[in-house]
Amino acid sequence: MTDPSSASLSSAETDDGAEAWVDPERVSLKNVLLPLLTFSVLLLIWEAAVWQARIPAWLLPAPTVIGEAFADWWRELLTHSLVTLYETLAGFALSIALGVPLAVAVVYSPVLQKTIYPILLALQSVPKVAIAPLLALWIGFGAMPKIIVVFLVCFFPIVVSTATGLTAVPPALMDLIRSLSASPYQTFVKARFPTAMPHIFVGLKIAITFAVIGAVIGEFVGSESGLGYLILVSSSQSRTPLAFAALVVLTLMSIVLYYAVEYIERLMVPWATKT
Amino acid sequence: MLASSSLEVVTTAGSIDRPKAGARAVTKIQIFDLYKTYATRTGRTTALQKVDLDIRENEFIALVGPSGCGKSTLLKLITALIKPSRGKILLGGTLLDKPSREVGIVFQQPVLMPWRGVLDNVLLPAEILGLDMTEAKARARELLELVGLGGFEDRYPGELSGGMQQRAAICRGLVHNPSVLLMDEPFAALDAMTREDLGFELLRIWERHRKTVVFVTHNISEAILLSDRVVAMSPRPGRIEKVIDIVLPRPRTLDMQFSPEFKAHSDEIRALIRRT
Repeated sequence: MTDPSSASLSSAETDDGAEAWVDPERVSLKNVLLPLLTFSVLLLIWEAAVWQARIPAWLLPAPTVIGEAFADWWRELLTHSLVTLYETLAGFALSIALGVPLAVAVVYSPVLQKTIYPILLALQSVPKVAIAPLLALWIGFGAMPKIIVVFLVCFFPIVVSTATGLTAVPPALMDLIRSLSASPYQTFVKARFPTAMPHIFVGLKIAITFAVIGAVIGEFVGSESGLGYLILVSSSQSRTPLAFAALVVLTLMSIVLYYAVEYIERLMVPWATKT
Repeated sequence: MLASSSLEVVTTAGSIDRPKAGARAVTKIQIFDLYKTYATRTGRTTALQKVDLDIRENEFIALVGPSGCGKSTLLKLITALIKPSRGKILLGGTLLDKPSREVGIVFQQPVLMPWRGVLDNVLLPAEILGLDMTEAKARARELLELVGLGGFEDRYPGELSGGMQQRAAICRGLVHNPSVLLMDEPFAALDAMTREDLGFELLRIWERHRKTVVFVTHNISEAILLSDRVVAMSPRPGRIEKVIDIVLPRPRTLDMQFSPEFKAHSDEIRALIRRT
């Protein structure tokens, strides 16, 4: 008989064995320092090129000028950021609230699967940039048309990933559950949904990166607030440094939202994210 | 006729090989005239042809044969997850037409739920069947202790070796105290050493909690070393060639595989299942 503690020890050894010769601290330092260095060098080149070639700020502002725009306009940047953030999160939440139940319905009903999937695919194939003006026409210039654009871009990846996840229970586990005459509800709660969770988060991570873009598309078409609006107005008034500052905020927002979803994933599906 | 020879063995074999004091062999599972055919692209394939077999209460019986002999199909028919094309199966005297809670299953892969700890994985059948969870927990802990997983109750499957996961899967198969344990090549995915260890651990569990064990394997040595009887099956179409009483005494030891009896069994089974 094997001693279980020794069995776990030997498996741990093999797990570590592959990377034992690399100092993990040096790896993480490299991972952080290298991109940071590259980024700084690029900014320096940009700065130098702008001053050297005497490019006017309305055409291409230097990083330091963009920094100044941040200092001058931080109040406006913050206000408009909150608008865009609200539209993004509302649309994202709506796509989860409708996408996950729809995926469940599709998985459980072959009829729905045959009818809804082609429609979904068609909807996904329509460029959202083309839908945005129509939404503005129909609903107006408030937050709602932006939320709907966000919803439209997020919906598809969430439905597809959830549907995939719900059918990813290993066949042997399904056999075991069926052999115990489990109810459909038990099967869903105990096996299908937890199995789907990591898949759902794959969809959520794809969706959240699209979500910010969706909100900006909506704002471009017609709005009175939001970072997309700010970019549009400031560039039309040749306040290019402010447009760049808004762009930086958008990028940061997108990155922060992505990592927020990943953080929630770590909390909710620790078994799939452990490395 | 091959099938009738298997029946003959069943009816004539007494309690010679079983040291169960004074207990008369009671039939647990009766399989009558069982056929299973599948529709395929090219027509119909006969997975099982005229299978007749009586499995006794509390015996350890192995189904052995090359791939395609229908041994896993036969096991799946006993789970009632699939229906026979012809014939019937009785479990404890009643017709088996839907999955029974008298049956526990262990697969080749442990298929534990990665989001549940070991104890909660073992408890899954008890939860689904709505059993008393206090009792089930006590039983699960006892089973885990028995397979050397005491102290690992809260670990996650991802933290365990393949052998430990399969031990947990065996506990899960037994937690609702079924009278029949069906095992579909349970050790095939393990390395040779772990495989031997687990085989003997399974026998220890079986000594403690007597069950009817139906054990599918393509490993002839494993089948002989563990079983009371070995059902030799051959493919295309899948059928029973012979049911062999294993004369090795219990408790079994690894050394028995060097005995002349073991070799005789091994040669006989090998000849039977190779015949096409």
